[in-house]
Amino acid sequence: MKLPRRHLLGALPAGLLLSGCDALTRNATARSVIQSAEQATYRWQRLVGRNGLAREFSASDISPVFKVNGTREPTNPEWQRLAAGNFAEWRLTVTGLVNRELSLSLADLQRLAQRTQITRHDCVEGWSAIGQWTGPQLGPILRAAGLRDGARYIVFLCADDYGGEVGKGGLQSTSRYYESIDLVDAFHPQTILAHSLNNQPLSTGNGAPLRLRVERQLGYKHAKYLMQIVVADSLDPFGSGHGGYWPDRGYEWYAGI
Amino acid sequence: MLRHSLVVRVTHWINAAAIILLLMSGLNIFGAHARLYWGDTGSVEQRDRQWLEIGASPPWRTPTGWIDIAGIRLDTTGFLGVSQSRTGSASFVAFPHWATLPSGRDLATARNWHFAFAWLLIMNGLLWLAHAIITGRLWREILPNRRQLSRAQLWHDIVEHARLRFPRGEAALSYAVLQRIAYAGVTLVLTPAVILTGLAMSPGMNAAWPWLDALWGGRQSARSVHFIAMVLVAAFLVIHLVLVLLSGPIRQIGAMITGRITVEARQ
Repeated sequence: MKLPRRHLLGALPAGLLLSGCDALTRNATARSVIQSAEQATYRWQRLVGRNGLAREFSASDISPVFKVNGTREPTNPEWQRLAAGNFAEWRLTVTGLVNRELSLSLADLQRLAQRTQITRHDCVEGWSAIGQWTGPQLGPILRAAGLRDGARYIVFLCADDYGGEVGKGGLQSTSRYYESIDLVDAFHPQTILAHSLNNQPLSTGNGAPLRLRVERQLGYKHAKYLMQIVVADSLDPFGSGHGGYWPDRGYEWYAGI
Repeated sequence: MLRHSLVVRVTHWINAAAIILLLMSGLNIFGAHARLYWGDTGSVEQRDRQWLEIGASPPWRTPTGWIDIAGIRLDTTGFLGVSQSRTGSASFVAFPHWATLPSGRDLATARNWHFAFAWLLIMNGLLWLAHAIITGRLWREILPNRRQLSRAQLWHDIVEHARLRFPRGEAALSYAVLQRIAYAGVTLVLTPAVILTGLAMSPGMNAAWPWLDALWGGRQSARSVHFIAMVLVAAFLVIHLVLVLLSGPIRQIGAMITGRITVEARQ
């Protein structure tokens, strides 16, 4: 005899099954059960790979063009003014739960010990590109500021208002881009604030003057057009409280997968 | 008599639900970037190792949907590339709304569901495998034995399938060789390949286990193999359902729900 499998489900009228599924995807209880998988993935990856390093490639692997995604140029007048001045007046501020607030110019950041890494950028949409990034590690900057008790998240506030892309689906309302990571990723040796891509200052499309590289997560975590770093004990005060522009629109906050 | 133990029945139906939801949410995810490449990298800016694409072409009043596999383009209007939305208008998505979860373009929700059911598939699969090993069912029932793999037995089973003649009586109480090859292939080869290629798309897992994406020749190769394995799983699903229908669906499905089956007299 044959092992009978799946016939009941398979034989259900497709329409019934489909509308049932669509209704379930909108049901609050179902959503919270489904989204609990993110916590499982987060804990699992921290368990098996807390200190793992993303693969670093050789110069010959670098993609001929590093695809620009998300914002191509911020329309925000403040960013436009800074860009017109070649970012000489741009400052990255580090505030929040720190002992010393910092205000760093591009030259300040370039005077710190630099790390150069050739890594693969994995987009949530499915494509990948390899680029060589240069900049200071985030860890020493946070140590210089001194984290106060209760610090749990590092929040990155950006200069761009993003209106989303139809291709990514979900709610696409325009708002200021931001992202956040935990302290494990913040102090990871490959987490850097990149000012250069392939030995050139970041192009406008790739996030000038500074973008985050958090190599063990998907592309949308790598916030571009950085303006401010806030050390926080909670993500509630930022955006809709899910820790990032895309997480506020249903994407996982922990984008390790 | 008892045909299927409780563990086999419960894991079977959990697996059935998980695989269908993974297939549907996966097709939605694929729609966010309907191209496949070999190697580590690939994007609209880097298409030298692209081998598959699903898309649409003008005129937009009467668009053409197509799939392009290694340069060979097939017209798939109405199914791939362009299909009818629920409201009847043309929808420019890789897979039609009735095949995806959610039915509309929604990468965020599709990913949420895909990963939740991936966890379920893995846990359920490990339970099934542990049970199959501990009880010896894996060797007794799933893996083809040496006698079955003889040329004569294989040929006999192929002929029987071609004539749509299915085992009856005592012979129906264990799996024939083609069935064993199919079940062993899906459970021990395809499913592990789907899981490992899925994990090889994860930047977090690749950092934790650097062999993961290297095993497939890079993240984009892993994505390609994930897709191919999905097609094979879907093909298995179709054949499996057709054979259940042809070989006595009430008895077969009843056995997988209640665990019991009556032995028919030989004809």
